[in-house]
Amino acid sequence: MDAPYAIEMVNITKRFPGIIANDNITLQLRRGEIHALLGENGAGKSTLMSVLFGLYQAEEGVIKKDGKEVKINDPNDANDLGIGMVHQHFKLVQCFTVLENIILGVESTKGGLLQMDEAREKVLALSDKYGLQVDPDAKIEDITVGMQQRTEILKMLYRDNEILIFDEPTAVLTPQEIEELMEIMRNLRAEGKSILFITHKLNEIKAVADRVSVLRRGKYIGTVDVADTSKEEMSRMMVGRDVNMVVEKEPAKTGDTILKIEDMTVASKVHSNNAVKDVSLEVKEGEIVCIAGIDGNGQTEFVYGLTGMEPLVSGKITLCGKDISNASIRSRSKEMSHIPEDRHKHGLVLDYPLEYNMILQRYYQPQFTSGAGFLKRKEIREYSEKLEAEYDVRSGQGPVTIARSMSGGNQQKAIIAREVDKDHKLLVAVQPTRGLDVGAIEGVHKQLIAERDNGRAVLLVSLELEEVMNVPDRILVMYEGEIVGELDPKKTTVEELGLYMAGAKRNVGAEKAERKEEA
Amino acid sequence: MEEKKSLIKNPSFQAILTSVVCIILGLLIGYIVLLIINPVGAGEAIKTIILNFLTRASSMARAKALGNTLAKTAPLLMCALSICFCYKVGLFNIGAPGQYEAGACIGLYAALAWNCNWIVCLLLAAVAGALVGSISGFLKAYRNVNEVISGIMLNWIILYLTNMILTRVKDPTSPYTMKLSSKNSGALIPSAGLEALFAHNKTVTLAIPLSILFAVLIWVILNKTKFGYELKATGFNKEAAKYAGMKEKQNIIVTLAIGGALAGVGAAFLFLTGYQEWSTTQSSVPVMGFNGIAATFLGGLHPIGTIFASFFIQSITDGGALIDKSVYPSQISELISSIIIYLCGFVLFFKYALNNWIRKKETREISKVDGKVIDTAAAGKEGGDK
Ligand SMILES: Nc1ncnc2c1ncn2[C@@H]1O[C@H](COP(=O)(O)OP(=O)(O)OP(=O)(O)O)[C@@H](O)[C@H]1O
Ligand SMILES: [Mg+2]
Repeated sequence: MDAPYAIEMVNITKRFPGIIANDNITLQLRRGEIHALLGENGAGKSTLMSVLFGLYQAEEGVIKKDGKEVKINDPNDANDLGIGMVHQHFKLVQCFTVLENIILGVESTKGGLLQMDEAREKVLALSDKYGLQVDPDAKIEDITVGMQQRTEILKMLYRDNEILIFDEPTAVLTPQEIEELMEIMRNLRAEGKSILFITHKLNEIKAVADRVSVLRRGKYIGTVDVADTSKEEMSRMMVGRDVNMVVEKEPAKTGDTILKIEDMTVASKVHSNNAVKDVSLEVKEGEIVCIAGIDGNGQTEFVYGLTGMEPLVSGKITLCGKDISNASIRSRSKEMSHIPEDRHKHGLVLDYPLEYNMILQRYYQPQFTSGAGFLKRKEIREYSEKLEAEYDVRSGQGPVTIARSMSGGNQQKAIIAREVDKDHKLLVAVQPTRGLDVGAIEGVHKQLIAERDNGRAVLLVSLELEEVMNVPDRILVMYEGEIVGELDPKKTTVEELGLYMAGAKRNVGAEKAERKEEA
Repeated sequence: MEEKKSLIKNPSFQAILTSVVCIILGLLIGYIVLLIINPVGAGEAIKTIILNFLTRASSMARAKALGNTLAKTAPLLMCALSICFCYKVGLFNIGAPGQYEAGACIGLYAALAWNCNWIVCLLLAAVAGALVGSISGFLKAYRNVNEVISGIMLNWIILYLTNMILTRVKDPTSPYTMKLSSKNSGALIPSAGLEALFAHNKTVTLAIPLSILFAVLIWVILNKTKFGYELKATGFNKEAAKYAGMKEKQNIIVTLAIGGALAGVGAAFLFLTGYQEWSTTQSSVPVMGFNGIAATFLGGLHPIGTIFASFFIQSITDGGALIDKSVYPSQISELISSIIIYLCGFVLFFKYALNNWIRKKETREISKVDGKVIDTAAAGKEGGDK
């Protein structure tokens, strides 16, 4: 009865066209432990978890629950066995509310009518207990990625699952939220739940996990106790080489102003207030400016306004001396590259092969389209192969791989490759390292700095404190749609930054704000 | 063994296989229905449906009947292409019948009232279809009205509008429009010698090769051009298309306009051959547009596939009309062909089932093979990567 392991996955092998995603992997999850799963992008972590959750069938190997072999043919089986999963890419119904999504599939009904009140109470209780703030009546399509993630977690808690799989839950959470989630996970462990936790952040593993299993390119490398293993050792196990976690860079040599934003105001989709209020800033050639802030303080809308995805309410944007306030997305993209926040919604056409995604911003240029309007197949293929090699984008079948089947991190790497390789003076990078492994993050940071050193302007939007402190030359803190602080990363501390982000301190536009209050 | 498996996983082969399965199943169920109604003539009747023109007595009659079927395949193919094209861009153009009506209306009116020649009539039919299509497109792009809803409503609106307009050029003694051959033979699509191949069936015209040309053209546009790249990207992910600077709203309108033009030309391909006249008292939406849906799916959502699918559907429709009316009520032909056509819509379902089956089978086989590998590996270490 009392087998030591809640879940055992023994000798699991799962193949996809062109790749062995899991090659004879064994994973043992003790009851009441937090077990981290670490591995590079495309190492096979999500695949392994999908096998456990019944989304894929392994070709080989068995799964045991409490020592007994079980067959998990679909997520319903998994749910019956008490296994729940928060996916790397959320599985929410866009036009449903948060509450509806949470109860979807386990609705309680009376006489065929939905009993929402009970469900609402339970959800509110859970959300209270764990500090997972959601608006139960907001539609998924209107809420931030962070809140969508919280909805996913609530969904799992709502089903009283005892084996919880978190596939990169923290990738989209703010530092504070991550702290809270860690606390939730500890509580869950105390309640005897067993947790599988995928993350690329070694700090998080250090903070909560008991043991960590490492995968590399589909193979099982080993399982170690977190307490006896340093972060450096972990990353070495994972990448197979030493990873330099400190960002090295020379002081910026700034030149002309590339981007100038004056009093930009952008409406919000969710509420009637403006999401971005009178924001002014400048980015010069050869510098990286970072917009920091807690998720949902207008960064998303700010980027929409800047890139032309949403019209401005008022204000003026000047790019390379040209007024682009009302310019189309296409004409802005001549001088602006944009790594979007939501890679699935905006960044990729998931049903297109990788090669078609690589030219998404440039397909119409003479390099890829002939004068008569025909696509140049050969050039597209070669270009895609070149980018894949240069930026280490891994996939099962190279250029013809359907983007949907690529691992999350490699999708992101493909977008970065496309945007950085394209002609531009300004790079707008919104959370570019989200979901990347430490090795890849190192690569992207180097890339951003190389961009800068090549005389481009980089506007980085990040929620990641470490990134905010290490990569940019200047930090602008956004709070409730306004720029409230300008900080020098060399002179500030994480604590000070936190105060600005929480709205407790302000050193920009303070007089203006006061004047407004008086009026 | 290796080859066989890769063949069954090949998407084109799968498409053909599932279509064939649907056809067989459809015929089978049709046969069963015939058996239930009257077991005596069932075998004969289903044979008639399948063989269609081949059941005719003389080779002359056969050629002529084949010509008739082909003449009606051309418009059906155009409707199927219209739906197929829009479908690739993520739009379900159930408004094809309405666009078809518009094509018939303006095509015939131009021929009979303005004495235009066939090329002008064809072009006007295309424009009319495109206009109706773009109404749906406009509503979808700017008002977020589902194209299915607006399409169905337009089907009826345009039907009665067409009846109204064509009443002005109708034959005084019947509900039908005047015969082109007597009123304006210049509006008849020329046969260019094709009629000679079909026992001088005058309805066999350039429309047939033209419709095939259109199928190839649509395939090329969708798969080889920048335009197709943009349209399909918009269909797959509107937000990403917008992000990439494509005019996603405009693309939706253009797509439905092109779909409309194809259906409009389809109508012209029927009415400008003199095969049939428009009945101005018609009170149901022409079935051509709806059969186009079945042809699209049966054709595996592939423009070239729809050529064959359209011919098949038209052939069983015509074959159904030949069933012995003394044994079966006259509606039976339509019933049977509808059943078969209906089942053709299940192609996607069968494809899904087939893939499921392949996956299950593979899992089993691999574990069998690998069982051996593991055994040998245990003995000799590493059984090789197969
Ligand atoms: N449905 C699929 N079809 C084909 N290949 C797939 C599919 N799912 C995953 N793969 C491939 O399997 C490999 C492992 O992918 P997986 O998503 O498990 O990686 P991961 O470890 O979760 O990476 P990441 O950290 O980037 O999320 C990748 O090379 C991916 O391209
Ligand atoms: Mg993953």
